Amino acid sequence: MSRTGAVALSVQGLTTEIRTGGAWRQAVRELSLDVHQRETVALVGESGCGKSLTALSIMALLPRGIGRVASGSIAIDGTNVSGASDAAMEKIRGDRIGMIFQEPMTSLNPVLPVGFQIAEPLIYHKGLSRRAARDRALQLMELVRIPSAAERMDAYPHQFSGGMRQRVMIAIALACAPKVLIADEPTTALDVTIQAQVLALLADLQKTSELAVLLITHNLGVVASVADRVLVMYGGDVVESAPVHALFARPTHPYTTALLAAMPRADQSNAALASIPGQVPILADMPSGCRFQSRCQLREARCAERPPLAEIDGAAGHSVRCWVKGRPQ
Amino acid sequence: MAATVTATSVRNSAWNRAKRNPGIILGSTICAVLVAMAVFAPWVAPFDPNKQMIGPQLADPSLTHWMGTDSFGRDVFSRIVWGARISLWVGVLATAIAMVAGTVIGIIAGYFGGPIDRAITMITDVLLSFPQLVMGLLLVAVLGASLTNIIIAISITAVPAFIRLARGSTLAMKERDYIDAGRALGFSDTRIMFAHVAPNIMDEIIVMGSLWLATAIRTESTLAFIGLGVPPPTATWGGIIREGFEYLNDNYLLAVFPSLAILITMIGLNLIGDGLRDANDPRAPQ
Repeated sequence: MSRTGAVALSVQGLTTEIRTGGAWRQAVRELSLDVHQRETVALVGESGCGKSLTALSIMALLPRGIGRVASGSIAIDGTNVSGASDAAMEKIRGDRIGMIFQEPMTSLNPVLPVGFQIAEPLIYHKGLSRRAARDRALQLMELVRIPSAAERMDAYPHQFSGGMRQRVMIAIALACAPKVLIADEPTTALDVTIQAQVLALLADLQKTSELAVLLITHNLGVVASVADRVLVMYGGDVVESAPVHALFARPTHPYTTALLAAMPRADQSNAALASIPGQVPILADMPSGCRFQSRCQLREARCAERPPLAEIDGAAGHSVRCWVKGRPQ
Repeated sequence: MAATVTATSVRNSAWNRAKRNPGIILGSTICAVLVAMAVFAPWVAPFDPNKQMIGPQLADPSLTHWMGTDSFGRDVFSRIVWGARISLWVGVLATAIAMVAGTVIGIIAGYFGGPIDRAITMITDVLLSFPQLVMGLLLVAVLGASLTNIIIAISITAVPAFIRLARGSTLAMKERDYIDAGRALGFSDTRIMFAHVAPNIMDEIIVMGSLWLATAIRTESTLAFIGLGVPPPTATWGGIIREGFEYLNDNYLLAVFPSLAILITMIGLNLIGDGLRDANDPRAPQ
């Protein structure tokens, strides 16, 4: 809850469209979020809810001709990057904003030594000499707690385990000391014990380097253990935004409630887990108004209009996009 | 354990396989002898290759003339030794040019896709539709027969194969996660193409290069045989065969010896190429 730092990543009214079936359709609608220094904001939702598209929009890495940012503004580390040129974004990516991916097994170049891969952004963005970058890479490998870093600098990715590779990925992403880190499902491919180690490492690094982390995940257990604030997404809409404790204590949106009910818990009977009836509609068939209405049991006539994301009574910072469960209108 | 891992790479294991491959060992030995012969031609060759001697013409092999003499009384062995220079030089240089140019163009086509790719693929397909020799013939006929032009002509005939290979491999590589990771690090397209994609497809390109080297040398000899090679009196293997061909009834050995030189070179290079291909395939039995 240490929201003391300045805003490191600010996204206001981001709408991202993707081209399917010959038409541009909104896959992320008017998403706003702020991530402060030392803060972790989690973006939670099912596959296809728009959380990864949000990350790609921030990085300006949407596939050309398939995805585009239709409106909204993005500021990274105080610099407004909306509409920035490709060349300008190349200078920002890797230097002032880092990203780590889901698959540490395939996200490293198999034919280059890991030491070089960590040094490369330093040479490229900071203009360090090979020698200096190599020294710094060694420090970074020690920072992410890779044992016998000096001997392993010249080893290749296939000689590392999944957890160690994810540490290498983190070292690469943090090489240029960015202010913002986007972690796209960083622990999904790892064993549970390794997950905990990697998350603890990220938390430590965050404290020492004042890093703002945008965590993209579908794992509510990970959210509960590391996030400060949570944005729940459904069908491209943020349906609920709350501090992590408030979300788990008082899930309000029908989708959030259903999502939490679907999570297996050790402290409850092993009766059948709740599931959400139906499927996420494809973008072309998204209902107008509330996008969850087709699967919602509390649906009313007014759900045909899009509800606003409004703060609920008596809970600062806890907003819900729902006519029924949100603030009475 | 982690602490004792040494930096043995994919490459190193391929290199280890290569060192134990009997084909590569034999092929490399053959090629090493040929290269040494070409490099040290002035010392290896017992006679001046172009000196017309008043001795026996079209002579059989003897202790003085190991492979006999040609119609001008020139020592055939010396001419083959000097001819190795031309053949190997043309082959190596033409293949190297085709390899570098083809790889660069192929990576660009595969990486960017779209209209650039379509244009490059179209030109490649047109070039590939000509039989390689006909293409080489046409080019030399247009450019004129000189050492430089022959090298250019042979490179052009070889380039489409490298473009196609590099393009295909790049298409497969650019979907890999580490390419996206490179973009997320702000690397430029140029850097991703040549610092990240290129090293990953190099093994295939090198295998292809060793096999094309044989083809390039054969093409050079064929061009020389039909009279479009480096002009006489310079000794080339194809040229010696051509001269020998005219005296086939008088002394057939004159055509046989240079043909053997070409045959041995082909065997050596193909042994290396096949061996490298096996060594690069981690699934191949050790």
